[in-house]
Amino acid sequence: MYAFDFVKPATLSDAVAAMEQEGAQALAGGQTLLPTMKQRLNAPDILISLNGIAELRGVRREEDALVIGAATTHTEVARDAAADYPGLAALAGQIGDPSVRNRGTLGGSVANNDPSACYPAAVLGSGATIATSKREIAADDFFQGMFATALDDDELITAIRFPIPHKAAYAKFHQPASRFALTGAFVANFGDGVRVAITGASEEGVFRWTEAEAALSDNFDAAALDGLTLPAKGMIGDLHGTPEYRAHLVAVMTRRAVAAAR
Amino acid sequence: MNTISMTVNGKTVSAEAEGRTLLSGFLREGLGLTGTHVGCDTSQCGACVVHVDGKPVKSCSVLAMDVAGSEIRTIEGMANSDGSLNAIQQAFQDHHGLQCGFCTPGMVMAAAALLAENPRPTEAEIRDYLEGNICRCTGYQNIVKAVMAASGQDVSEMSAIAAQ
Ligand SMILES: Cc1cc2nc3c(=O)[nH]c(=O)nc-3n(C[C@H](O)[C@H](O)[C@H](O)COP(=O)(O)OP(=O)(O)OC[C@H]3O[C@@H](n4cnc5c(N)ncnc54)[C@H](O)[C@@H]3O)c2cc1C
Ligand code: FES
Ligand code: FES
Repeated sequence: MYAFDFVKPATLSDAVAAMEQEGAQALAGGQTLLPTMKQRLNAPDILISLNGIAELRGVRREEDALVIGAATTHTEVARDAAADYPGLAALAGQIGDPSVRNRGTLGGSVANNDPSACYPAAVLGSGATIATSKREIAADDFFQGMFATALDDDELITAIRFPIPHKAAYAKFHQPASRFALTGAFVANFGDGVRVAITGASEEGVFRWTEAEAALSDNFDAAALDGLTLPAKGMIGDLHGTPEYRAHLVAVMTRRAVAAAR
Repeated sequence: MNTISMTVNGKTVSAEAEGRTLLSGFLREGLGLTGTHVGCDTSQCGACVVHVDGKPVKSCSVLAMDVAGSEIRTIEGMANSDGSLNAIQQAFQDHHGLQCGFCTPGMVMAAAALLAENPRPTEAEIRDYLEGNICRCTGYQNIVKAVMAASGQDVSEMSAIAAQ
């Protein structure tokens, strides 16, 4: 790999200051960033490791929400969110494989906004709020298309606040080679409304399926989705699946998520 | 260049590392511990799995400086203290859980992590846990069988070739 500098601050304020340097980029689990640097798809001059900052780690309950530090690993979320938000914990426990889950983090996944990643569906489907080093951003404003987010270059995600729904589940159709979602649906029932977020389908990245939300808000049952379909236009087409196949899978996975919600 | 220290297989070691030095390179080139294999170098195959503070990670996708001060265990640290193979390694040999052996260090490290968390896993749990470890030779059946045997479970009903 090409040469770069590495720093590992112990506090968030030191990390925020380090991010202001020219060519600086945050390093969390490195499960996405290091492979892309090896391929020169990305070439920061200085990596700022977030792995030594205790205040960025951990899962805590705050009234009706679960607040999770950006540098919390998928393994930690799978374990520590299980009692309060089982649908979210189950999603974290299905990301990649155990070794990926031991390094990969919530903040890294959400900042990266891979169109087939799992966490963006939970963040958007829960109506979560992304807290950064500068401000708070609603999930509806955060995701801005494939690999694009509202974050500035020097902005760090510090934590994500997930309102806890009455019932929720994530249904993932595994793409067996990458272990990402070929298509996945996150459904959350808040009692006064239902949110449905879809990943791995649209060329615009994660999105809310508003027709399904309306139908499920009236009747939270998979049968409420009968007859609802999405157009294939704008869906991802690649060697793993055509746009038509993905549009079909969206409806199938949403039904499965409704049936599995608890 | 910086000199960094970590505990590798119970011994404190120090060696030079640059920012870009991967844990896999630090172990293989810095310390001469070439048992940790690099297959894909892109966090896909699991050949490079080692334990960092007891947890399996892909050492090709971790910077050495990021784990300075940690406890690392590699395949070289898995044998019994008298040098004989440990239960997992012996089971891989007994049940033909390897052919070329390239994936084996990562498989053994992942299997050891599984058995530490879950001492009597089901076949499905083994397959799920080893999802990130790719083998181009064995077809996995004998690897799963070896892990079952290493956990003290009866494998006499498990066929060597049947796919479950
Ligand atoms: C084999 C494999 C299988 C995988 N399977 C899945 C899967 O099934 N589902 C899934 O969702 N993902 C999957 N992933 C991706 C995995 O979840 C990654 O861990 C994740 O996408 C990136 O997180 P990270 O902590 O490793 O971030 P890094 O790779 O360190 O960083 C990723 C990006 O986020 C930025 N960043 C990191 N933290 C912050 C922060 N706090 N604030 C601002 N920017 C930040 C970095 O600068 C970089 O641009 C898989 C990865 C691999 C290698
Ligand atoms: S060499 Fe590290 S995962 Fe393949
Ligand atoms: S034994 Fe050859 S890759 Fe697994």
